[in-house]
Amino acid sequence: MEHYHMNLTLKVWRQKNSKEQGKLETYQVKDISSEMSFLEMFDVLNEQLIVEGKEPIAFDHDCREGICGMCSMYINGQAHGPWQQNTTCQLHMRAFKDGDTITVEPWRSKAFPVLKDLVVNRSAFDRIIQAGGYISVNTGNAVDANAIPIDKKDADDAFMAAACIGCGACVATCKNGSAMLFVGAKVSQLALLPQGGPERESRVLNMVAQMDKEGFGNCTNTYACEAECPKGISVSNIARLNSEYLKAGLTTETK
Amino acid sequence: MALDAKIPHGEMDKKWTDYKGHVKLVNPANKRKLEVIVVGTGLAGASAAASLGELGYKVKAFCFQDSPRRAHSIAAQGGINAAKNYQNDGDSVFRLFYDTVKGGDYRAREANVHRLAEVSTAIIDQCVAQGVPFAREYGGLLSNRSFGGTQVQRTFYAAGQTGQQLLLGAYSALERQVALGNVKMYTRHEMLDVVKIDDKARGIIARDLVSGELESHFGHAVLLCSGGYGNVFYLSTNAMGSNVTAAWKAHKKGAFFGNPCFTQIHPTCIPVSGDHQSKLTLMSESLRNDGRIWVPLKKGDNRNPKDIPENERDYYLERRYPAFGNLVPRDVASRAAKERCDEGYGVGTTKMAVYLDYKDAIIRYGKIEAGKAGNDNISHEEIVALGKKVVEEKYGNLFEMYEKITGENPYETPMRIYPAVHYTMGGLWVDYELQTTVKGLYALGEANFSDHGANRLGASALMQGLADGYFVIPYTLGNYLADEIHTTSISTDHPAFAETKQAVTDRLNTLMNIKGTQTVESFHKRLGKIIWDKCGMARNEQGLKQAIEEVRALKKEFWSDVRIPGEVNAFNLELDKAGRVADLIELGELMCLDALNRNESCGGHFREESQTEDGEAKRDDENYAYVAAWENKGESSWELHKEALNFEIVKPTQRSYK
Amino acid sequence: MAFTGLFLILFLIVHASINACIFLNDGGQTFNEMAHFMSHNWIMRFLEIGLFAGLITHIIQGLMLWNQNKNARPVQYAYSQPNKNSKWYSRSMALLGTLLLLFLIMHLSHFYVGTKVALYAKGDAPHNLFEEMKEVFSINWIVALYVAGVIALFWHLYHGFQSAFQSLGINHKKYTPMLKTIGLGYAIIICLLFALMPISMFLGCIK
Repeated sequence: MEHYHMNLTLKVWRQKNSKEQGKLETYQVKDISSEMSFLEMFDVLNEQLIVEGKEPIAFDHDCREGICGMCSMYINGQAHGPWQQNTTCQLHMRAFKDGDTITVEPWRSKAFPVLKDLVVNRSAFDRIIQAGGYISVNTGNAVDANAIPIDKKDADDAFMAAACIGCGACVATCKNGSAMLFVGAKVSQLALLPQGGPERESRVLNMVAQMDKEGFGNCTNTYACEAECPKGISVSNIARLNSEYLKAGLTTETK
Repeated sequence: MALDAKIPHGEMDKKWTDYKGHVKLVNPANKRKLEVIVVGTGLAGASAAASLGELGYKVKAFCFQDSPRRAHSIAAQGGINAAKNYQNDGDSVFRLFYDTVKGGDYRAREANVHRLAEVSTAIIDQCVAQGVPFAREYGGLLSNRSFGGTQVQRTFYAAGQTGQQLLLGAYSALERQVALGNVKMYTRHEMLDVVKIDDKARGIIARDLVSGELESHFGHAVLLCSGGYGNVFYLSTNAMGSNVTAAWKAHKKGAFFGNPCFTQIHPTCIPVSGDHQSKLTLMSESLRNDGRIWVPLKKGDNRNPKDIPENERDYYLERRYPAFGNLVPRDVASRAAKERCDEGYGVGTTKMAVYLDYKDAIIRYGKIEAGKAGNDNISHEEIVALGKKVVEEKYGNLFEMYEKITGENPYETPMRIYPAVHYTMGGLWVDYELQTTVKGLYALGEANFSDHGANRLGASALMQGLADGYFVIPYTLGNYLADEIHTTSISTDHPAFAETKQAVTDRLNTLMNIKGTQTVESFHKRLGKIIWDKCGMARNEQGLKQAIEEVRALKKEFWSDVRIPGEVNAFNLELDKAGRVADLIELGELMCLDALNRNESCGGHFREESQTEDGEAKRDDENYAYVAAWENKGESSWELHKEALNFEIVKPTQRSYK
Repeated sequence: MAFTGLFLILFLIVHASINACIFLNDGGQTFNEMAHFMSHNWIMRFLEIGLFAGLITHIIQGLMLWNQNKNARPVQYAYSQPNKNSKWYSRSMALLGTLLLLFLIMHLSHFYVGTKVALYAKGDAPHNLFEEMKEVFSINWIVALYVAGVIALFWHLYHGFQSAFQSLGINHKKYTPMLKTIGLGYAIIICLLFALMPISMFLGCIK
């Protein structure tokens, strides 16, 4: 792999806190190695800003290996940047070339208010899970793990849905700011497993109700979420959510 | 103060049952009046908070991330051990117990490990009931794989994302309790001190990381589930936010720190590519099952690895350890790689890497595939193509990850790997009940020292975190709280809260007012380099003494020249980081002190003074069969307490992999 | 959206089939007979009410959806590249729908109003819809508007067809690709038929 260095112009969203207005600021970074990760490039910029006596750019990140779901940047018009099935932290600078201008913005959604610069509040996702994204089993209540065999295909599909890292790229990228892929993934995972059976109806109804309450938009099937999802969660999970929701809505006896 | 591990009497395999049978209970009406604080929401914290909430305690849980689902437990790849014996291959609670004590190089407490092995099976049941999608066989039953050189298949897994799935299971249980009102969750909050009243932990001071405000929280007991301190090395496989602060504040408030020098260096990580590097990425240990590790025979050989002929390659693990070859335990494999690189045989731009080569595996698998199809007369290229397919099926996601990070195709060019800090076996000293030396203050999961001795076996960290949270603390905490039912909630106006809060405020203001010239990050990098060079994979007296001096000097410089921009009462990531680095610096000194004290080699701790003639680790059971529990006595001052380790069942022997 | 959409999709099949009778080139005889049946049979007239109810519901739902979705992102991105992850027409259903509504107003005023006036205001006076068509489609700019309307319809249907099934919870590894192909075929056939009507009349192919 050929390594190279580059100078870049960055346009980054700066916003002091959730109350104040923000704007895009322009920065120059020099001598960035193609081997760096995108966030390491931000580290370099931040070190530079601190030395210059300015405030560094706040951004969310933690594991830096693409699994915790904390990093969340809208890079050059795409959630998590130009690479497919990739998180911001795994994006590397060889995706760019010398002289490029890169625009970086926070996730934009009514349900994800900006806290500072590129950091948004995604607690809406936690509240959706609280509404029913679990199986009600107290510790100690479980039967033997092999007591209920599960069709391998269902188990595999449940796993594929459960691979969601809750980063919110689906919401960020959807033109409607819809959270259907996130909710669909969790509803699917639990609907595919026999353990999720008893709460199936109430789960989907309550989670969807909470999703709407949080102010997420609706799905119009553009499938942008699937294309940008770092874990490749399929929109078939949204279809499953729709079908679960319709069935539950028709059969439920509670108002 | 004499250390009492409170190990129950009786036969090893009866201790836990017996303990549970006699432990004090709290009746449901009283549970409602008792408040418990849980710091950290990884596997240990989330499972503990959920389980205690289910029991009826009033729980407050804290995490510094924006959601409990992001704790670093999520990054564990391989799997979780459990003595289910579903494979009918002779596994049992005893064998898991035995393997863990032996794997820990005889520096773990037997009773704790036995309990861990006992509850391991219930963990799997619980997780499956929560909807954790473990890998399954076509018959619909759970699949297992072997891991970390054990002789049985006892590892349950969910592709390469076991930690994620287990954490999301515990997270969902936690969120359910939040919805039910039993747990109150505080995200983007960081614990900055423990509040003690009458020598008992009674609460914490936490900082709201968004507003910057300090908050006081009362609890009848405080549980620290805040993970390990691998970030003392700056570069590690830990998350960027992983830190020692909660444990360190507890340590300064009287909790002893156990075996701080026991850190695990994982042999297969993607090597450092330059000074900009912010963290390291692990490649699952399973890669060593098929890959061959080598360096060029000639020093400073800069040829493309594909151009280096077989007879000019040194498969050093196979050469040194013919019996185990590339499958020697983590500590051994790591040291061997370091030895080759230190001698000047390293590869890549930094020369701090060795090759992990799949060429032979690809050909071997290709030939098998051709044989299966009854097709023996095919070309080399066709064999390679068939072999690549098999390798892709087995390790595709790992190869993809490697390519994403390095931009190199591992099917064509051997991967470059180097050891990296991965886990810390040391942590807060706890007794059998997971209680630290401060009453009412508990430590769970990686934050405590208890179960892995000097070296942790693969797929055991997840097991321990969940065991502590789901199945140990719900019993042992009750034993303490049963005597606390008469303690009514203490107002946070109590002078002890006010004093502690003031001390935290002062420290934050001091940090902000230094207004120096160097960034927090630059100090962290320098700390990491000192610890890695002198208290890393190999340690010696001279180096450690030097490191202690250097860390002390660094600490002084930090407190006089660090620059933290922004405001104290606002969202300020640099301030958050500064507090953590300040604590890591202090811990770094203690690590070196502990490593200096332990003049033996065991597990991940290799003292160059204590090795066999052919360079292998030499344990000294006569003098060091103890847990080193350090008591803080003020600035750069510690007193060593020893908890003698008595091995009733697993008799220590020297490990050999020749 | 999905239910009413599928209902309207079914209606278009009927609409296109009846109108296709003009291609029999019998001077509009069959076509006028069918049109007479459609406007006089009581079942058809009952269904007509359903059709309008479906159409209006579809429009109202669409407007509500548009409004909710607009509110879900109060601050827009300064720079966005939606083409990297989705098709323009899937993102433009509201716009296409609005164009179709405008087209529909014109279309109804051309043909529907006249039929109804003849039926109710003039006491079921004879009304030659075929001749009316010929008259309208002799004007070049109207023909151009009709073709444009049909193009909008094509993209609306192309996305809408498969989208409706997804919204109803039908997504199957085997059948969804088939449904997508059927949807494409449907959109092509319907729109081709509709586009050919004004064009062929304008060119005088149908007498």
